[in-house]
Amino acid sequence: MTTKTTFKTALLAAAAFGALSAAPAFAAGDGVGACLITKTDTNPFFVKMKEGAEAKAAELGVDLKTYAGKIDGDHETQVAAIETCIADGAKGILITASDTSSIVSAVKQARDAGMLVIALDTPLNPIDAADATFATDNFLAGELIGKWAAATLGDEAANAKIAMLDLAVSQPTVGVLRDQGFLTGFGIDVKDPGKWGDEDDPRIVGNDVTAGNEEGGRKAMENLLAKDPMINVVYTINEPAAAGAYEALKAIGREGDVLIVSVDGGCPGVANVKDGVIGATSQQYPLLMASKGIEAIAAWAKDGTKPAPTEGKNFFDTGVALVTDKPAEGVESISVAEGMDRCWG
Amino acid sequence: MSETQDYEKAAASSPSSVAVFAAHDQGAVKRIQHALHQTPWMVPAIVLAASILVFGLLLGEKFFSPFALTLILQQVQIVGILGAAQSLVILTAGIDLSVGAIMVLSSVVMGLFSFRYGLPTELAVAAGIACGTFCGFINGFLVAVMRLPPFIVTLGMWQIVLATNFLYSANETIRAQEIAEQAPLLQFFGNKIAIGGAIFTYGAIFMVLLVLFLAYVLRQTAWGRHVYAVGDDPEAAELSGVQVKRTLISVYMLSGLICAFAGWALIGRIGSVSPTSGQLGNIESITAVVIGGISLFGGRGSIMGMLFGALIVGVFSLGLRLLGADAQWTYLLIGVLIIAAVTVDQWIRKVSV
Repeated sequence: MTTKTTFKTALLAAAAFGALSAAPAFAAGDGVGACLITKTDTNPFFVKMKEGAEAKAAELGVDLKTYAGKIDGDHETQVAAIETCIADGAKGILITASDTSSIVSAVKQARDAGMLVIALDTPLNPIDAADATFATDNFLAGELIGKWAAATLGDEAANAKIAMLDLAVSQPTVGVLRDQGFLTGFGIDVKDPGKWGDEDDPRIVGNDVTAGNEEGGRKAMENLLAKDPMINVVYTINEPAAAGAYEALKAIGREGDVLIVSVDGGCPGVANVKDGVIGATSQQYPLLMASKGIEAIAAWAKDGTKPAPTEGKNFFDTGVALVTDKPAEGVESISVAEGMDRCWG
Repeated sequence: MSETQDYEKAAASSPSSVAVFAAHDQGAVKRIQHALHQTPWMVPAIVLAASILVFGLLLGEKFFSPFALTLILQQVQIVGILGAAQSLVILTAGIDLSVGAIMVLSSVVMGLFSFRYGLPTELAVAAGIACGTFCGFINGFLVAVMRLPPFIVTLGMWQIVLATNFLYSANETIRAQEIAEQAPLLQFFGNKIAIGGAIFTYGAIFMVLLVLFLAYVLRQTAWGRHVYAVGDDPEAAELSGVQVKRTLISVYMLSGLICAFAGWALIGRIGSVSPTSGQLGNIESITAVVIGGISLFGGRGSIMGMLFGALIVGVFSLGLRLLGADAQWTYLLIGVLIIAAVTVDQWIRKVSV
């Protein structure tokens, strides 16, 4: 008798517990489903993006599921993620695509299924394959550091020796935009703005690729220094590459008289601006991209409104700010302290 | 008693000279083939010398300077150290796909033990080295005792170790400035000796000493000969009294230990502790080993060859970059070198003298 009662109570309790834990899932199922698909889930940039999306989703009662490729360039996993989201009946997808052209057919499937697809950070190719793009203006990000470097050098800009530390030989759009933006800002003719490396300005010592990490940054810098040891301006695709370049310069005792500029605005990067490793960096805002994206999906599910692009651009610009403690004339910037407040990773 | 002595009598009438192979009539090609069979590091050494010469002629001062030549040494130090670990495993007819991952995890352990837990740097370094050795032990145990194929074991460990690395570190970089301030020992291998224009980092010196030491151990000690024996024919080795399992486990543990040192050297090289670096370490080290003429079928090759192989890749990348060639050309030529090296290896294997 007693055993039976205990068993019953246990069953009841279990049922109650089950109902309780199922409750939030119910509420969300009632609301809107959304997916976030990032290139990887290890890069702090995407970690921050995920945080932003999760916070906003919790606030709006959106049921968010996140997916990520195993490594940058892992296209198959992203396609599988889109298919899962379609099967799941989600209302919208936020995606940072690894392969911006190949993903288009999978994205089309999702849109045909009535989903809102927003490209975050990386525009698809063509850009209108997604319903909207929420991204940093990478060209502007490059232009800001280019202008800053030119203004900081003053008249010496005419005799600068520039090292260009790019991302990869496959020339992904983000890398090309930042590179060409920097050169434009610095006042150098970029020839074809769709690719880097075709410039013939004698001030450019050379281009080399870094894979966007410290190791690659150091090696690329060493290679270019072997070409010309008197390089005095270094453009870097991101802050880890900049940190690597700094080590290479330190090894030959030239870290003090070279201007390093970068793009990203991660916390270690901004700390490096503070320490004088990097002269200035253009900060982008992944958290904002994701939270705006979730808002857009919620609005789409509610009454079918699509997000509008920023005026004069074909994407929604989530903003970029130049972080430096040595502001230059005619280039708008924010202080390192402010950059620290808004940094990610 | 007298009968036993009768047995000995028979020996007296047997030929007393030591058995020898019949000398063939040798052509020049045969003799080269034989020489290469005896000294497997000769091919990469010749290719290395030739490529330095060619790039020297094309680029002059810029390439043929003490600065540029020692720079190559610095640029290949990580691959060279990993290659030493890889060579040991490949000599046993195995392969280690997890070398790069073990290296990064070890460096992350060194960094986080110093910074997250505030332990003394010496202890953190020791922990990192222990971590690498332990990963190697798992590999060795699974290969030797569980008898799983090395390719599968290390393919799995590669993923496991990398994922552990990302989970444990949250992919946060520890900056060079903080390390220099609070735990300079981590950057030990970044210290350098400058002689004129030549710059030798401790990491590069360590790589060369490590390879020389291992070359000696592999040639001159019982353990070293056992490694070759196990790679050549594990059953024959076992029958002649070699402790095959123990040798295999020791090889994988030593490989893990060397990878941990590579992790330490990596901190010296890039200044910071970065969980995203070194992901191509396995492929690059296998490339160095193969170009260096070590047979992927085990039991043949010299670790010196691996060092030359790594240097060939270094010479090609720097030389081609200085010539202003697209970086893709480097990869293309390295691909050609790999296939050429294995072709030469197959040809040498057919040696019949």
